[in-house]
Amino acid sequence: MPAAISTEGLVKSFGRTYALDGLDLAVRTGEVHGFLGPNGAGKTTTIRILLGMTRADEGTARVLDGDPWSDATELHRRLAYVPGDVTLWPNLSGGEAIDLLGRMRGGVDKKRKAELLERFDLDPRKKARAYSKGNRQKVALVAAFASDVELLLLDEPTSGLDPLMEEVFREVVQEISDREGRTVLLSSHILSEVEALCDRVTIIRAGRAVESGTLNELRHLTRTSIQAELVGPMDGLAQLNGVHDLQVDDGRVRFDVDTDEINPVLRRLTEIGVRSLVSQPPSLEELFLRLYEPEAVK
Amino acid sequence: MKSLAGTGGLIRLILRRDRVVLPLWIVLLVAISVSYVQEYGDLFPTPESRVKYAGNAGFITLYGELSGPSLGEFVTWRLGFVPVMIGLISLLTVIRHTRVEEESGRRELLGATVVGRHAQLAAALTTVLGANLVLAVLLALGMHSQDLPLSGSVAIGLVYAGTGWFFAAVGAVAAQLTASAGTARGIAIGVLGGAYVLRAAGDTSAHTDGPLAWLSYVSPIGWAQRIHPYAQNRWWLAVVLLAVTVLLVAVAVSLAVRRDVGAGILADRLGPADGTLGSPLGLAWRLHRGLLAAWTVGFALLGLLFGGVAEGVGDMMRDDPGIQEMFQRLGGAAGLIDSFLAGVMTLVGLIASAYAVQATLRMRVEESSGRVEPVLATATSRWQWAASHLVFSLLGPAVALLAAGVAEGLAYGVAIGDVGGQLPRLIGAALAQLPAVWVLAAIAVAIIGFFPQASMASWAGPTVCILIGLVSAGVSTADWIRDISPFTHLPSLPGGSVSAGPFLVLLAIALLVGVAGLVGLRRRDLPA
Ligand SMILES: Nc1ncnc2c1ncn2[C@@H]1O[C@H](COP(=O)(O)OP(=O)(O)OP(=O)(O)O)[C@@H](O)[C@H]1O
Ligand SMILES: [Mg+2]
Repeated sequence: MPAAISTEGLVKSFGRTYALDGLDLAVRTGEVHGFLGPNGAGKTTTIRILLGMTRADEGTARVLDGDPWSDATELHRRLAYVPGDVTLWPNLSGGEAIDLLGRMRGGVDKKRKAELLERFDLDPRKKARAYSKGNRQKVALVAAFASDVELLLLDEPTSGLDPLMEEVFREVVQEISDREGRTVLLSSHILSEVEALCDRVTIIRAGRAVESGTLNELRHLTRTSIQAELVGPMDGLAQLNGVHDLQVDDGRVRFDVDTDEINPVLRRLTEIGVRSLVSQPPSLEELFLRLYEPEAVK
Repeated sequence: MKSLAGTGGLIRLILRRDRVVLPLWIVLLVAISVSYVQEYGDLFPTPESRVKYAGNAGFITLYGELSGPSLGEFVTWRLGFVPVMIGLISLLTVIRHTRVEEESGRRELLGATVVGRHAQLAAALTTVLGANLVLAVLLALGMHSQDLPLSGSVAIGLVYAGTGWFFAAVGAVAAQLTASAGTARGIAIGVLGGAYVLRAAGDTSAHTDGPLAWLSYVSPIGWAQRIHPYAQNRWWLAVVLLAVTVLLVAVAVSLAVRRDVGAGILADRLGPADGTLGSPLGLAWRLHRGLLAAWTVGFALLGLLFGGVAEGVGDMMRDDPGIQEMFQRLGGAAGLIDSFLAGVMTLVGLIASAYAVQATLRMRVEESSGRVEPVLATATSRWQWAASHLVFSLLGPAVALLAAGVAEGLAYGVAIGDVGGQLPRLIGAALAQLPAVWVLAAIAVAIIGFFPQASMASWAGPTVCILIGLVSAGVSTADWIRDISPFTHLPSLPGGSVSAGPFLVLLAIALLVGVAGLVGLRRRDLPA
């Protein structure tokens, strides 16, 4: 099956700042793909290029086997988009906006719309200017989820949603991906959301992908923290590969170890003699924080 | 006083944002006003010629009654349209720095800092009231420098400033009433238009000893005019204007206390749960219909007004060779009334070009507000999206001009008992303005296509053309300056001779520039 989205070496500059600096991204058909990175990393810019709104300076991008710039109109019948900051026409009611966007994409499924309005607890009769931020976001979500499309591009779609609605959002995304096999590109800063929904993730920083893979694969990239009480002298620990932030305190050690270097380190510990040992698996937060840091760019 | 905290900072912010526009309109309006002294002094050297010129029904409707024959009084009278412009600019500026800020959410950002709840309103009003005061002082100095008496020069300054103050306060009240800046503008401009119509109707009635003369006395524009600079110099009327201004400001403040940031006093009603809109054109219709209706009604009223007074212009000009000659120069071609009507048509065309630019800029508003994104993410192409708006920036002015032509034709036709003859002539004359209007719309498209950040520069088109029109009506102006304006190249209609050449050239320019702009729009980042 061809990839739903693939980009190679995307470059986009705004004046002197490089928003994208050789971005590679591959989203397989049918998966929910997390798209993460610190503020200003280039996520929104990438999504706009995939939508044919922004033109890349260099590199190639393919969406649903088409060129996002020149085939925009045809492609847009097959995809839906939710921006992170939804602005609507102040004089149109939410229901009017949903129907308008749906029809311009090729049709609205009335039943599906009613069901989604119900689940997201949204009053479609209010004028857009009277909606709160979260409710504006729901209008865009209902419009996108109600349309019969193969691909959804969601740019921080849950910003402003309350926890209850965040839960509804997760259910709906799971349904459309599991039951209907649609592809989702989900840019998000909410790690629990990414962990709950995404099959694979791509992390970008300063316009470049720094990691890509399943969450389990990524976990291997991070460090396990270890606390141990040792019987013997702790010679040679600091010199071992993959040991970081070693602290020694009266027979106790505390350090982080790269997950793929854990075996030699454990062997050395048992050689010294272990009285007690606590190991903490890497948390996703730690992983992301580390990848978000500037020196993570390889 | 805590509610005013941060006002100083906000004033500096406003002055910074308006650092070009604010001094520009002050200086321009003062310069134009002062230049009229020399101009009209040369054109009408004797008191008799002035009284005669000012005495016809048409001018009385437009500018009101002349208070006396001295040069100062005459120039003040002839400048009667400037206070209305000042009122318009003042109310728009106040709304822009209050309601627009709130609607866009920027106000919230500021409100969270140490900015009191009345600071935004106070800052906007202080700036605009202050700007009007500066304008009054400059005008007084300028008029006095033309050898006009000092007291009268101060008084005309107060006519200008008083009108500006009043409508700034009207803008402040309107900004509290609704949550939408567009509606607030509509309300405030409606009040301005109403005040002008009251004054026009009252003065016309007074001239013919009709029963409606009192109408002028309920219009703030009428009050300002009755200060009568260089004649009685009725200072107390300026005090009345100031007092009403203070009262309106108090109303605005008390309304502001009663509502939430972002909300209006007039509540929003619920809309339908399901929509019937389903195409870019349908959406554009929703976005443009209010504007279209307002301009069409305004143009129809303008047409009625001018058509109704045209006959009187003819009466008065026929027996004065001097004025006859001048009007020949202004309007060209045959027939005094025709040249008056042709001058009116140019004016109407100039105003229509402002509408065309405003409608075209809606496109950019959609873009910079972010609302274009969800639309372009559907199967709507950029062409379709742009075309849906261009329908209104091209045909909207056509509809408005048609309304002006029909109304003018009916009013004038009824007055002289020749509806069948005048109606088609004046409709034709109105629609003949379109090629020039479209050139300015096309320039706006090109600016949006290639320099989206500088879209506001599109207003330079109508502004320059209106200035060229204003200045060259009195002063002899270098040909190349007049030629800049596409309106210069239109035949003088009704009455003048028509050839296809200028129309075709203007249409070709509009087409070329417009298509180039669309190509630019197609190739650039959108939104940018
Ligand atoms: N129209 C523009 N003009 C100038 N610079 C821009 C423009 N759009 C984006 N940028 C810059 O490009 C970079 C990437 O921005 P982008 O919006 O893609 O980031 P992001 O990953 O979506 O961030 P966030 O998580 O904050 O949404 C930023 O440095 C931003 O300042
Ligand atoms: Mg973003």
